[in-house]
Amino acid sequence: MSLLRVENLSKSFGGVAAVADLSFTIDPGAIYSIIGPNGAGKTTVINLISGIFRPSGGRIFFEDQDVTGLPPYELAGRGLSRIFQNLQVFANMTALENVMVGHHLHCDRRFLPALLRLPHIVRGDAACRDFAAELMASVGLGDYVHAEASMLPYGALKRLEIARALATRPKMLLLDEPAAGLNPAETDAIDGLIKGIAESGVTVLLVEHDMRLVMGISDRILVLDHGRWLASGTAPQIRRNPEVVAAYLGGGARER
Amino acid sequence: MTTLWTPRRGGLIALAAVIAVLPLFLQNAFHYDVAILIGLNAIVCVGLNLLIGYAGQISLGHAGFFALGAYASAILTGEHDWPPLAALLGGALGVGLLSFVIARPILKLKGHYLAMGTLGMGIIISIVLNQEVDLTGGPDGMPVPSFVLFGWEPAGELTWYALVGGLLLATVWLALNLIDSPVGRALRAVHGSETAAEVMGIDTTRYKVQVFVVSAVLASLSGSLFAHYSGFISPAEGEFFRSIELVTMVVLGGMASTFGAVVGAAILTVVPQLLAAFHDYEMLLFGAVLMGMMIFLRKGLVPSLAQLLRERRK
Ligand SMILES: Nc1ncnc2c1ncn2[C@@H]1O[C@H](COP(=O)(O)OP(=O)(O)OP(=O)(O)O)[C@@H](O)[C@H]1O
Ligand SMILES: [Mg+2]
Repeated sequence: MSLLRVENLSKSFGGVAAVADLSFTIDPGAIYSIIGPNGAGKTTVINLISGIFRPSGGRIFFEDQDVTGLPPYELAGRGLSRIFQNLQVFANMTALENVMVGHHLHCDRRFLPALLRLPHIVRGDAACRDFAAELMASVGLGDYVHAEASMLPYGALKRLEIARALATRPKMLLLDEPAAGLNPAETDAIDGLIKGIAESGVTVLLVEHDMRLVMGISDRILVLDHGRWLASGTAPQIRRNPEVVAAYLGGGARER
Repeated sequence: MTTLWTPRRGGLIALAAVIAVLPLFLQNAFHYDVAILIGLNAIVCVGLNLLIGYAGQISLGHAGFFALGAYASAILTGEHDWPPLAALLGGALGVGLLSFVIARPILKLKGHYLAMGTLGMGIIISIVLNQEVDLTGGPDGMPVPSFVLFGWEPAGELTWYALVGGLLLATVWLALNLIDSPVGRALRAVHGSETAAEVMGIDTTRYKVQVFVVSAVLASLSGSLFAHYSGFISPAEGEFFRSIELVTMVVLGGMASTFGAVVGAAILTVVPQLLAAFHDYEMLLFGAVLMGMMIFLRKGLVPSLAQLLRERRK
């Protein structure tokens, strides 16, 4: 059984097709990557799967259930989480509180008990705080637990988004360019982090331009070009595919 | 696990102490009157701050809810002989339902559009209060019977002061509780990034509606008390300018600071009284405060002061 199945997915913005007739499936436990040139539609695919955009056509199945058009918070409840290419950290909170928000679904979130601060709310908050601090330490953010999120350096913000997404306890994590803007050492660390996430049983959908990272950790790779399927396969298959090489991996500039 | 002195508890104790000690400095009925008005404004502002400061949703129409609460109490007790407590709760329930119904379409709007939407709502309420002469007495206003609670009638300034002070303390306590909970974090997340909040499993519309209703109900309760306290109300309570006053109090004291809302209400209730001679310039004052805060001290008084103290200590 596949964890995610996308069938004939399309999205157009005012007549421009950002994603067109795209189909693929992701098996549980896999690291599945989507690559392609700038503007190929990778982020749009992630926005469609996570419910930010409604598809113009096609269907999305998660755990064999049709989830097309569900709002993001419903999808989060079903086990889908993500990070954002253009960071969306809660700048009005501490780093720890950001991760605690990620744990929202596992807290008592009713209005009345919160208003009266019933004892179980106090206990739950303490547990949530410990959980979030531990999670931050496990992704290498131990030093930033009490820092204001807006004060974190760029590399730490990327990790903070990952920690916040993991705090939802997802079955599947969508990573939109987790290594963009990072130096080589930071990229290597992210590489290890993603492997660790996959080993812990979370399926990963990775969008990334860093080919060394993608080729090294992906179980399968899908290549998008102008919103359309260009190729898919294992890393060696993709690297040898002449069309992919022409469109994206190298020599593309010459041919266009 | 039990630290006795947390900022929230310290703040509550400090507020309680101020409320308890203040009567020593209040020398006449006028002083008490100002103090009671501060309390009534502060109750509205604490609720409004949950909406504006924490959830990041502007409202330029909250005086409308205050006025609806006031008129509900006036009409139900004066014309229909309801017990004042029942009228107060009935008004709150009605305003709760009304705000719930209009919250969904209004809170779909963002930024300027939300401001315009709530502005329109406040203006409609104001027009209704002015036009429904048979019901509200129109622009002339209407008298309100005194407040009676199970046979007990709060008479005299000190009793009213204690009543309003106690309610303000309770309101602050509830607000602090809410903020310091998963619900409060969800509200702040909505402020930080609505998209990211949704992805974290937060039904942002639901929380925005809830906090809008809570702030409207608090305004209504305060309005009901005001009506009984002052004994006379007019559509001026619900005017657009009153809504602006309330927002200015929140902004001055500090967005996302519950104690800031109380401080803002206190300052902007007192200052116009001191400048009574310049009554015509009241609007100018509020406009200048609002502009000044946006330019020089966007965080507001209390958060800026807290930050200054933290940096000093380091
Ligand atoms: N909200 C939107 N409104 C209008 N057009 C959009 C929107 N989002 C994306 N597009 C368009 O859809 C196309 C695909 O964009 P998308 O962001 O998915 O590309 P990408 O593969 O993620 O690129 P990059 O590698 O630069 O991140 C682009 O032409 C883009 O301009
Ligand atoms: Mg992108």
